[in-house]
Amino acid sequence: MTDIIQKVKNLSIGFRSKKGEEILILKNISTNIKKGETVGIVGESGSGKSTLALAMMGYVKHGLYTVGGECEFNSSNLLKMKSKDLEKIRGRKIAMIPQNAGQALTPNLKIGYQIDEALQLHSDLDERQREKKISELLNKVRLPSPETIALRYPHELSGGQQQRVAVAMALAGTPDLLLLDEPTTGLDVTTQAHVLELLNFIAKDTGTSMVYVSHDLGAIAQVSDRIIVMYSGEIVLEGPSRDILKRPIHPYTHGLLKSIPKLSLAGLPDSMPGSQPQPGTIQSGCSFFDRCNFSDENCKNNSPKLEFLKDLNTSVRCFNYEKLVKENQVSQTVNKIKNKSQDKEILNLSEVSISYAKQKLLDQIFNRISDDNPTVKDININIKKGETIALVGESGSGKSTILKSIAGLLRTKDGLIKFDKNRNLSSDLKERDPNDLRIIQLIFQNPDESLNPNHTVEEIIAQPLKLYFGLKGEELKKNIIDLLQKVRLGEFYTSRYPRQLSGGEKQRVAVARAFAAKPDIILCDEVTSALDVSVQAAVLNLLQQLKEDFGTTYIFVSHDLAVVRAISDRVAVLYQGRLCEVGPSNDVYKFPSHPYTEVLLGAVLEPDPDIKPKLVAEDIVEERPPEKGCSFQGRCSRIVGDICKKEIPPWQLTDSGNAIRCHIPIKELQKEQF
Amino acid sequence: MIFLIIKRILLGFITLFIVSIITFVGTEVLPGDACTTYLERQAFGEQLEACYRRLGLNIPAYERYVSWALNAIQGDFGYSLSGEMPIKDVLGPRIKNSLVLASAAIFIGIPIALILGIITALWRDKLPDVAISTVTIFAMTIPEFISATLLILIIAIWLEWLPGIVIVPTDVSFLELLPNIILPVVAIAMIMTAHMARMVRSSVIQVMASEYVQMAILKGVPYWKMVFKHVLPNALLPAINVVALTIAWLLGGVVVTEVVFNYPGLGRLVIESISNRDLPTVQALAIILASIYVSINLLADLLTLMLNPRLKTLQIRK
Repeated sequence: MTDIIQKVKNLSIGFRSKKGEEILILKNISTNIKKGETVGIVGESGSGKSTLALAMMGYVKHGLYTVGGECEFNSSNLLKMKSKDLEKIRGRKIAMIPQNAGQALTPNLKIGYQIDEALQLHSDLDERQREKKISELLNKVRLPSPETIALRYPHELSGGQQQRVAVAMALAGTPDLLLLDEPTTGLDVTTQAHVLELLNFIAKDTGTSMVYVSHDLGAIAQVSDRIIVMYSGEIVLEGPSRDILKRPIHPYTHGLLKSIPKLSLAGLPDSMPGSQPQPGTIQSGCSFFDRCNFSDENCKNNSPKLEFLKDLNTSVRCFNYEKLVKENQVSQTVNKIKNKSQDKEILNLSEVSISYAKQKLLDQIFNRISDDNPTVKDININIKKGETIALVGESGSGKSTILKSIAGLLRTKDGLIKFDKNRNLSSDLKERDPNDLRIIQLIFQNPDESLNPNHTVEEIIAQPLKLYFGLKGEELKKNIIDLLQKVRLGEFYTSRYPRQLSGGEKQRVAVARAFAAKPDIILCDEVTSALDVSVQAAVLNLLQQLKEDFGTTYIFVSHDLAVVRAISDRVAVLYQGRLCEVGPSNDVYKFPSHPYTEVLLGAVLEPDPDIKPKLVAEDIVEERPPEKGCSFQGRCSRIVGDICKKEIPPWQLTDSGNAIRCHIPIKELQKEQF
Repeated sequence: MIFLIIKRILLGFITLFIVSIITFVGTEVLPGDACTTYLERQAFGEQLEACYRRLGLNIPAYERYVSWALNAIQGDFGYSLSGEMPIKDVLGPRIKNSLVLASAAIFIGIPIALILGIITALWRDKLPDVAISTVTIFAMTIPEFISATLLILIIAIWLEWLPGIVIVPTDVSFLELLPNIILPVVAIAMIMTAHMARMVRSSVIQVMASEYVQMAILKGVPYWKMVFKHVLPNALLPAINVVALTIAWLLGGVVVTEVVFNYPGLGRLVIESISNRDLPTVQALAIILASIYVSINLLADLLTLMLNPRLKTLQIRK
């Protein structure tokens, strides 16, 4: 049978450490890709999944080298091939769709040229035919007006459009095998769902084999026939997609699936302890040993082999997989969060507008902001003490902008932000007194950037303690250790620098720093987005625990709707800086009433092959909010008439306490759900 | 776009205006003036008064500034004190000589710097890179007065191939000047080329590591096509500003080198007029050097703007 298109045999790739030791990134990988099949490779950052995908094109990054094994394509080893011959395979037989198309398109060359280049290299069409083909390709990836897109530069397109261009470029050589390296990571939920749907269509339409690399089991579930799970440079589980997602027989996959929050389940998922070992860690036993719930003495001393189970058509690297075979399904247990919100109002935003418009000279002199159509407008939210309120929406919805204004980093144009009924926080950061600054603390998305790399953990946490409470000496030390223990880090972390910590540990330090100020409100800006899935659940659980201990109020911003579902009491849905819907999480998620909420929730990808995303609206990108009428008019599929274009919709209240801003009568909006 | 250019030109003029005021005020507050320097011990009584009247130093400072500025705009900087000749006649040949020196260094140095920078980047950590990088770092670290002196010693004194010191009149013709400028050009080009080659190297390496270059390789683009289409245009863009600064530095007179070789350029004129307390010439030089810097930087910015599609559309949108 020659239906195998790419054969990876005993592949090991590594690098030399500064001490001269050989450190392996990929350890003895063997797998086959069949014709017309889509294989998903899933793993956390550092598991070697991208290195494997690149090796399948005969590409090894600068600094890495092939230790052994081969990648066989058409019975020749790509890793030993001359670059002249590789040029004839890359783009023509095997094409790559990169992770971040914005970075992967050459900035000084027009879109049309970059596709034309692939056509010139890999087809013998003449100039006129190529021109036609470019339009065809751009059309195929569903880009509007291909002729004008071809004349643009990459930076003039939105993220979703750039990704589509990358797909078109890969298809230009009509490859037999497409490698996709996290092709939808970094895109908005709705765009992501659309791009995946396009990829599925292309796989069916052209019969191309695909290798889909991602950390996101939700995306993998939507596209793959077969899944390879990687951990620490090894394949730990490989088998049919449905079986792996429904009945994972490796403890790592099992734990991973349990730790992903689901839309249908309110509450926090169980977390997996620990983190993936660094490359080069010497282990005598199984690499997953110290995080595993099913391990025994044998696992500690001997490392398991990848074993093929004929009756399940699955390969697994575990001594104790039988324990998991018996367990029929992943039974997800969630810890329901208790709604701790009191009746006391703590922060009140009324009629808040925020503008990024450049101030004209006259406005600067009079210290005012004039902008008729500000980025954020008419925000009215009443936040209660002890509650977790989430702001959700796509990029550009103004959710982070609102956080910045509450923190005082950005001045408001109009409206009032009031703390505890009487303290006015609408002013600039410079005008706030130290106590106003203390009561609101921020946790940022990326701890790599928010922690000073030249400070030790002790210095990082000491700063707010010294600044707000004037602590010194023994007392300071005691408080720091206290805080570290609260975020489940031991005393020995004090002398470490951020670079010596894992992603999850860094974010814990950032959490400890925020709590050091004893704040009333903590603003969480995408706090789990930069973390691996298995670590994300642990951080969410920690945040919830701390909140229950301290009675803190959280304002939580995230693009991940399942995470929001897990942790928040109330949700505010934003589009183009205007509120669409505000209500208790349970109601918003069970009965999404506003057309935009419906679009957002429909596009969420779940790690379950039976739940397909519903694509309600086009993923057009609007640069500015509309001047008049409803903010969502440009993409709404349920426009009722001119009224949507002319009048700002009124707030309507449902029985369960949802407030919805739409011209469609509330009864009709809710009826659609059933 | 046009609005932006006009804005930048206006800003340039404001810079020049401020420079002119600073130099004028500076020369004004220094103790002593042109007449006391010129007359030396006879600087008193009738003679001093006469000198003041002759040079117009008896009218108030701001009036003198206005008339000086108005004349300067028309290219008339007044009289040099030492030679009692019009400054523009002093400056003319000096500017020409400096231009000759600078353009020779530029035409030799920049292409060599680009080629060396690109070679070292493309063969990074291999033999060509190690060899060239060692030489360029060496050339960078030797101060020009040492390399210039060594050049004179070896080429002019031991080998007697070229004149070691320029002993020609200031207004000599180009052909007669030519053998004299070879050594100064080599001395300047060495240090300048080394600097620029290092910069080009790091810029090319950075672009080579970018995702779009990796993408081009994975697209099957042949190596040299990738280098010329995907790497160089993006890598050389940031080099434009550095090249511009180097050119401005060269045109402004390479003071040390000119002094070592006794070369009659602007740089030596600066030293001479300062030690002679020839204040009108110093003023004129300050303005001219400032305008060279301002205009070359402006040109470089506009060039970057035109070549970088990202900046171009950003400006149009705003």
